[in-house]
Amino acid sequence: MIEFTFWDIVRNLLLAARWTVLLSLAAFIGGALVGLAVLFFRIAEYKWSRRIASGYIALFQGTPLLMQLFLMFFGLPMLGLRIEPWTAAVLGLTFFASAYLAEIWRSGVDALPRGQWDAGASLGLHRLQELRLIILPQAFSITRAPIVGFLVQLIKSTALTSIIGFEELVRTSNAINNATFEPFKVYGLVALIFFVMCFPLTQYARTLEQRAAAH
Amino acid sequence: MAFAWLQGALGDITRGALTTILLIVVTTFVGTLLSILGAAGRRNGPVFVKRAIAVYVEVMRNTPFLVQLFFIFFGLPSLGIRLDPILAAILAMTLNMAAYTIEIVGAGLDAVPAGQTEAALSLGLRPRQVFIKIVLPQALKVIYPALTSQIVIMMLESAVVSQIAVRELTYEADMLQARTFRSFETYFVVTLVYLLMSMALRRLLVTGGRRVLGAGVS
Repeated sequence: MIEFTFWDIVRNLLLAARWTVLLSLAAFIGGALVGLAVLFFRIAEYKWSRRIASGYIALFQGTPLLMQLFLMFFGLPMLGLRIEPWTAAVLGLTFFASAYLAEIWRSGVDALPRGQWDAGASLGLHRLQELRLIILPQAFSITRAPIVGFLVQLIKSTALTSIIGFEELVRTSNAINNATFEPFKVYGLVALIFFVMCFPLTQYARTLEQRAAAH
Repeated sequence: MAFAWLQGALGDITRGALTTILLIVVTTFVGTLLSILGAAGRRNGPVFVKRAIAVYVEVMRNTPFLVQLFFIFFGLPSLGIRLDPILAAILAMTLNMAAYTIEIVGAGLDAVPAGQTEAALSLGLRPRQVFIKIVLPQALKVIYPALTSQIVIMMLESAVVSQIAVRELTYEADMLQARTFRSFETYFVVTLVYLLMSMALRRLLVTGGRRVLGAGVS
């Protein structure tokens, strides 16, 4: 049996935490891009488009993320795509994030007074210009707190990708635990690492929220 | 795509779904009760209680549910606390949900005007009666929609407890796909079951809330 000192455990966990961070970033950026597309469908003038986007959002918010990851992992190969744990993890979390981000931004768009659209129209802007110059910048700025809050949720959600075999923090900790038989210490450390990543963001979201409430 | 296996699997899927429902029902009741105590303690308790509750809320909200579950199921036995998978799952779900609902219930308590408490006290009610009969019902009415969402989120999150071999819906799906080799179809069907369950749960909570609390929830 290999001997693990305390520092071996910590070092291996920190190395694995890189993948948790990278996956969170990739899913957040990918989710923002896809989420923007979903947002355009969600606030379009056509009823069919709004309905499709609502259905998309309801689907992702009404099913477990674990099931979404399984469907990615087992479904994409059926379409003839070669898929590995990391591709399933990135794609699964990207679509998951896109639904939540689109819904948060949509609430921002809805919160703006009707007059903002009317003012844009009276200046002779067409719809895309209105969105780009007037509506979206304001919608993004008033939803900053919930977006940071969702980022925390996304970081925590990456833990689930260990189940489909992606080598991030939790999967590495399972392997270390199997070698050391010290679950209390190993999972305690994993919780601590997640806490260190998430707590500053939670505090930041709280500050943003208070700042928004003060206005 | 092939669904011939489905006929023989309906019993397993139903059994799994019932376990998931059992988990969320117990978690909802114990979690809500715990969060009422927690929110009240955070406002009126001694300093060390206030601080302990604040730390608990932050720790639970900033770590993944899966890690909390592993810590409780695999970690606690080294302290001599050995739990059945289903008990560990209920404990983890309850503690996780309470951390979120303590904040929700707290916001509701803050939303009840102080005049309500003052009026009730001046009528000669004892502080405990004031809390249970006057403040709490009004607070629950305000926060009911947020509580509903949290319960649905917890039901979806309960899929994770399959990882410690609790025989709920996801666990049954794992077993089925190992037996039928129809992974995608199995998870597809089970995802639909989850979707129906979350929609039904939301509908049930909204109707129930309207009847019991008179809460105007969407």
